[in-house]
Amino acid sequence: MSTTNTTAHPVEKVGAAGATFVDQRLGSNKFLSRNLSKVFPEHWSFMLGEIALYSFIVVLLTGTYLTLFYKPSMAEVIYDGSYVPLNGIYMSEAYASTLNISFDIRGGLLIRQMHHWSALIFVAAVAVHMFRVFFTGAFRKPRELNWIVGVALTTLALAAGFTGYSLPDDLLSGTGLQIIRGILQSIPLIGTWLAFFVFGGEYPGGEIISRLYSAHILLVPGLILALITVHLIMVWTQKHTQFPGPGRTNNNVVGYPLLPIYMAKAGGFFFIVFGIVALLSGLVNINPVWIFGPYTPDQVTAGTQPDWYIGWLDGALRLMPNWETVIAGFTISWNVFIPSVVVPGILFTGLAFYPFLEAWATGDKREHNLLDRPRNAPVRTGIGVMAIVFYGILWLAGGNDLVATTFDLSINALSWTLRVLLIVAPPLAFIITKRTCLSLQRRDRDKLLHGYESGRILRLPHGEFVEVHQPLNEKELAVISSKPDTAVLPAPEKSDADRVRNPRYLVHSLRHRLSAFFYGDNIPRPTAQEIEAGQHHADDQAAVEAPLLEYEERDVIVNAHGGVLHHPGMPTTNADQRTSSDNNT
Amino acid sequence: MSDNIDANLPAQPEHSGDGTVKPGYLPVAPIEHKPRVTDTDPKAARRAERQVASMFALSMILVVVFVIAYVTIDVTAVVYVPVLGEIGASNLVLGLTFGGAIFFIGAGAIQWAKKLMPDVEVVQERHSMESSTSEETEAAGNYERGKEESGFARYKIIRRSLLGAMALFPIPLIVMLRDLWQSEPGQNPAEILSSTSWNDGMRIVPDIGHDTGENVQGIRPEEIPVGGLVSALPMSIKDLKKDAVANMRDRGKSAIILVRMDPEEIRSQQGEGWDYQGILAYSKICTHVGCPIALYEHRTHHLLCPCHQSTFDLADSGDVIFGPSARRMPQLPIRLDEEGFLVAQSDFQEPIGPSFWERG
Repeated sequence: MSTTNTTAHPVEKVGAAGATFVDQRLGSNKFLSRNLSKVFPEHWSFMLGEIALYSFIVVLLTGTYLTLFYKPSMAEVIYDGSYVPLNGIYMSEAYASTLNISFDIRGGLLIRQMHHWSALIFVAAVAVHMFRVFFTGAFRKPRELNWIVGVALTTLALAAGFTGYSLPDDLLSGTGLQIIRGILQSIPLIGTWLAFFVFGGEYPGGEIISRLYSAHILLVPGLILALITVHLIMVWTQKHTQFPGPGRTNNNVVGYPLLPIYMAKAGGFFFIVFGIVALLSGLVNINPVWIFGPYTPDQVTAGTQPDWYIGWLDGALRLMPNWETVIAGFTISWNVFIPSVVVPGILFTGLAFYPFLEAWATGDKREHNLLDRPRNAPVRTGIGVMAIVFYGILWLAGGNDLVATTFDLSINALSWTLRVLLIVAPPLAFIITKRTCLSLQRRDRDKLLHGYESGRILRLPHGEFVEVHQPLNEKELAVISSKPDTAVLPAPEKSDADRVRNPRYLVHSLRHRLSAFFYGDNIPRPTAQEIEAGQHHADDQAAVEAPLLEYEERDVIVNAHGGVLHHPGMPTTNADQRTSSDNNT
Repeated sequence: MSDNIDANLPAQPEHSGDGTVKPGYLPVAPIEHKPRVTDTDPKAARRAERQVASMFALSMILVVVFVIAYVTIDVTAVVYVPVLGEIGASNLVLGLTFGGAIFFIGAGAIQWAKKLMPDVEVVQERHSMESSTSEETEAAGNYERGKEESGFARYKIIRRSLLGAMALFPIPLIVMLRDLWQSEPGQNPAEILSSTSWNDGMRIVPDIGHDTGENVQGIRPEEIPVGGLVSALPMSIKDLKKDAVANMRDRGKSAIILVRMDPEEIRSQQGEGWDYQGILAYSKICTHVGCPIALYEHRTHHLLCPCHQSTFDLADSGDVIFGPSARRMPQLPIRLDEEGFLVAQSDFQEPIGPSFWERG
């Protein structure tokens, strides 16, 4: 960096001098020499995390702009602004300032909509990024800690979304807050007091907007920013995982260097995400709070929906049966507490600990830098799909009123159907997914042994018909043979040869059964002998085909696609067939 | 990371453009590399160069258009756009120009990377995350030395008092949260939640928005037709007009609905004689999680909550007939006062709204 080049551009000279200045004070060149050419593997799904990061930056930028005009106050004002339908109406300053941003500040609506759109995209990208990491097993050792950071970020993303959603203090978001109050009150023992502390007294009070505001613009984004930093430092230090492919091993990274490729691609992609958010906000209206009117706790509109990421919790509240128990004069509202506190609690805790659970169950303590293909981990993939189906049904239930009115269904019948589905569909999804994965494994095994089916049917001299198999290309071969070896943990003995009881029998037996659950059905990778035998078979076939290929040279073409039976003299392609029949007529 | 081989690499990859990498850079993965048109055809490369530069230029032009639009377009102006309908002109133009200006910087950079920068994949080695044994020993040694020199293990009394101090110091931070709710002495949430503004003789007034008018005297029975529903509030709401917090609180708590049905159709109610000639008063706040309810089907007398679809039968004591709510809708006993207006007989006989721990 500090070496000066005689042909350098003046700007470069200034840059070099600057680099030297910084290096002499921070030793930055040591870092740069190591990292400017750091290699990152490339795959489209690796951009999901980038979208999350970039949309978060857009959220921060637009949010900062909004704080210049928004007033987090529940003090009452009479609206007097450009939005005529609400003129002269009492409302909170929060709502009035939101209307002001939307109608009187030039570009205010654009920034408000960009803030909302990028927030929605942020949560969506976080969720899909998490799916990618889960289904490819990227969370495995050494990346378990980063997975936990990711789960924490997901939770914070939901918190950021919800606290922001409530700030305009419109009728829709206020109803959401009212539901939060009901949820807080359902928490046993402390719930009633908790609700009073959160709202500063009886609902709705005069404090909640300013409290949500400090959480929304300081506490939550501060934590998110800190955890994103940790997240990225870990990715950097551990180097990105890669999908299997030619030349890619568990011990290397194959991809493009940071400078210049990723500097341009990732930097460019930030502008793409930013630009699309801005275009979307110019074209598509989001959260038109002026339509809903100011919040008042005795009004509600029918058919209202929360932002998409809260929908599943609302659906859980809708589907839960109306259980409530009174024990010794104290009420436990299972109907609210279970769907809104217990279920999400279990889901997120399970999510956070999943890498450790899987490693414990399978006894897999190796470092994994090469990603799993989802089919090669059928149980994990099954669990993931099961969770998505569970979530999906709750999400659908969150819009059950809209579904019922749109398709003219009975809301009661629909709710009962969804209740049953919530119990039945996830295990079913698990079984189907696992079976599908195993079938794909069998196909992979076949391909390794016999190559891929070419669609060409051969008739052997003794009359047998066979389909010609072609060898796999290098890339496919590398991908398929990347399948990791899996072994079920051995079943423990109850007691050893000297009849000494195994004190850890129960634990080991549980692990044995869990690992059998994870790996027991896996289709084994073909052995070297089997592959060799398959190769012989292919050679035999090639020998049979050889005379035919001589015909080929004499323009008797073997149909490569249709699998048409043929022998010399017959029309060999559909086109030929058509021509010959045309001639006949 | 000091043993990282990256340190030995040149900072700038040297790439000759024909798919080969110069020695000293990195081993190339055994992947077939097909040269791009821009690698082989100088014309195509120049075309790509022009494309990238035009995108950057377009971005600059859009910024100029943005500033012009910001200054000239009236913020209240509306335009008709096919498909989108009537939308704000300012928002549309600012969004398109701002978004376009940003987008084309990104598109240009990516086009540049894809067409003109090297597309040969390179390989770097990974290293196990685990530290070497010598580093581990050194770290453990440092720790032991620190423990020894500080005397943390030896000075038992210092150690214990430090742990005690560390355990206690967050207490003030927690104690200070007490005034998140500035309650009067002796107040407790359960009692507050168990009563509303209704009392014997409290007149019922229709809820006509925030300005529940000065002239509104109350509701006469004949103003409610059979099958009708009226949202109503206690007369005391008028006194709270100036107090936003109390006003909101009362709306979220004392709001009721009045429904009128043929007295023959009332199968049961929560107390003897709580209706007035078929007019029943129920809380408006759902007993599930507290949404206000006003979806009433007058033929079946079912009341449906729009939030989570709890359904109550108002002709049968407000019992839950469907949905997640566990409690019936509390009924307010009503009667007629001397002036012929509907009034409450008393407060609700049970807490309204969502259940809570101390509710019983």
